[in-house]
Amino acid sequence: MIYEGSLVSLAVFSVFVAAVLGLSFHLGARARSVKGYYAAHGQIHWFVNGIAFAGDYLSAASFLGICGMISFYGYDGFLYSIGYLAGWIVALFVISEPLKRMGKFTFADALDSQFNSRGIKFAAALSTLVVSLFYLIPQMVGAGVLVKPLLGFPHHVGVLIVGVVVTLIVVTAGMVSTTWVQFIKGSMLVVFCTLLTLLILLRGLRTDPSREGHRYHAFAVLPEVEVASGPGATVLPEEGSWPGKPFVRVREEGTGIVRVWRRDGKDSEGRELLSETQTVTVRGGKKYVNGRAQGSRKGEPDLHSVGHIRRLPGDRSSTGSLGPIEFFNVLQESEIVLWGSEKIIESDGAVTTVYFQKPTPGREVLVPGYSPTFKGLRNEPFTWAKLDFLSLMLALFCGTASLPHILIRYYTVKDQAAVRKSTVVGIASIGFFYILTLYLGLGAMTSGMLDLTDNNMAAPLLARSFGEFLFAVISAIAFTTVLGTVSGLIMAASGAVAHDLMTNLLRIEMSDHEKVRAGKIVALVVGGVAMVLGILFKNLNVSFLVGWAFNVAASANLPALVMLLFWKGTTKQGITAAIVVGMVSSLAWILLSGDTYAKVYGLRAEDALVPFSQPGIVTIPLGFVVLVGVSLLTRRPVTAQRPQG
Amino acid sequence: MSDSNPQATPPGEERREDEESPARNARHGLVLFLVYLAFYAGFMALNVLRPQAMSENGGGVNVAILYGFGLIVAALVLAFVYMHLCRNSGGPEGGGRS
Repeated sequence: MIYEGSLVSLAVFSVFVAAVLGLSFHLGARARSVKGYYAAHGQIHWFVNGIAFAGDYLSAASFLGICGMISFYGYDGFLYSIGYLAGWIVALFVISEPLKRMGKFTFADALDSQFNSRGIKFAAALSTLVVSLFYLIPQMVGAGVLVKPLLGFPHHVGVLIVGVVVTLIVVTAGMVSTTWVQFIKGSMLVVFCTLLTLLILLRGLRTDPSREGHRYHAFAVLPEVEVASGPGATVLPEEGSWPGKPFVRVREEGTGIVRVWRRDGKDSEGRELLSETQTVTVRGGKKYVNGRAQGSRKGEPDLHSVGHIRRLPGDRSSTGSLGPIEFFNVLQESEIVLWGSEKIIESDGAVTTVYFQKPTPGREVLVPGYSPTFKGLRNEPFTWAKLDFLSLMLALFCGTASLPHILIRYYTVKDQAAVRKSTVVGIASIGFFYILTLYLGLGAMTSGMLDLTDNNMAAPLLARSFGEFLFAVISAIAFTTVLGTVSGLIMAASGAVAHDLMTNLLRIEMSDHEKVRAGKIVALVVGGVAMVLGILFKNLNVSFLVGWAFNVAASANLPALVMLLFWKGTTKQGITAAIVVGMVSSLAWILLSGDTYAKVYGLRAEDALVPFSQPGIVTIPLGFVVLVGVSLLTRRPVTAQRPQG
Repeated sequence: MSDSNPQATPPGEERREDEESPARNARHGLVLFLVYLAFYAGFMALNVLRPQAMSENGGGVNVAILYGFGLIVAALVLAFVYMHLCRNSGGPEGGGRS
């Protein structure tokens, strides 16, 4: 769809950037020591740290990805909300306090606290870098993807803006400024999403989502005879790739425009019905929508926005304000028009994507198993798809507490009590936000504002249904979500290289001041690499990399962390082996999976070498088995075990 | 490591609390973790073994929404329970009464 940058959006975003940069320069003096740079002197207030957890954790994937998935497929997107939040239980109850007790600045510090092992330092730093990089690339690409519709700049400008701003934030005041950026972003996200949810409930549900200044296109469902025998209409013969498809092509004489309709059952009088579709055809590098050349400005030919309810309970046209439970109740009893799509290669080589209406009972939308990702979930027999679902939910559960950019936040508060309190604040704010995602997603689904070609835009477009100002603010917030997460990732990567590798592994002699300078130089380099990757991977669908990051983190880091805490027989060789095997096996599994075959290699998913895509259910236990096995093999006599560090 | 006031607590006593509070917190944490794990596993099992149960109605909404919201709220409730238990576990590392 065609978007135009909004000046208000740009203004809100500029104010935010100016504020955080000003704050960063102001706080710069507090990051002149190593402890100040990596851990904000451990002086961040627990409440600020808790909200900063939300700012760090709620990335674009959470805000835009989950809302988008719910708006297109219903409840399935909410499964991610549940899994992402559940992971915080592992963090609070199992990992956080011991990590604070054992560590100093990084996750590797904690793992290595009892061993002083070069192997652990190297493996933990490598795992931190791999996980951070997988997380970083989609954030940077996301910045480029978002900047065009939200602020009106080209892709590379978005990547450069985020890269430069974040690098400045990190380099000026390290963890101090990173924390405040995340605090401000986390607060804004929760406050404005609450406001959006209240507006959704106040507006209620309607069958015609038109709003002032924007009339919703009423998608027709007509008897075939009316469509085919209309004035100047000619039904085209089924040729090329069209035979056997449920579509009827009708050419309008005079304009020559070909419209595609889809067979949609029969009416009460037994007449064949056709429902209106929308098409995008790419022919000779030019794009045509609904048979006409797509414009580049507002008002020119473009896809219609979608998202409406065909029937409300009692055949009402609107409900008026609804309560939070009533909202789901009414949706369950309604019929919602979702959209499917099918790609057709024409005889002249053109590729046409047909988007068609799928009237769906509300109760189908509000249970898992509607999206392509989870479609096997509703089958009776136990299938690979169900194992894939279990594996994903396990990776989400175990991954959060193993993400290096989350773990380093535990060193920014003064003691274990503050760690505990800040995690609880984090759980409260993140959990509350995830509850809102279901309202936001379903609100977008019925808002009449969805872009069929990009479900990531669902949340900002939902905001537009309440007015341009809210759209501008939510757009700016969407863009700033990237800043908060990327700054945390760069800090984690900077710590892994400058602190774990240069200072601890290679034992390069540096004064306190030089260590900070090294950290800042590494942050500059990581920021530069992130910008290059964000531009290079522009055309690749990289959203699945976040899933990789969770799987690799859970498989490589969690077994080492948990066993170190709960099994006295753990050896340094066991920890090193578990990290390496967990990382390599989960990566290998992902590279050989159906998802990667289809999305990255362009091959058939059925030809993949592993039976399901999510590795966690295999590689997380494998990490534990390897750790126990290697530890047993390398255990020394009791008297010589585990030097105290 | 400790923030305690050495004048208020005999040295031996202080060391004992430092050693015991983290262990006690870990025990509380482990029990609460297992409670939540059971709840979470129940959700996964229901989805895999009895998917049709997710669309059954309970309290005005279906089981899928009820259970999903329940998991999020339960996380918060257990987090507060943990805070409460740790506060009562004593010692400076417990973060409570000293």
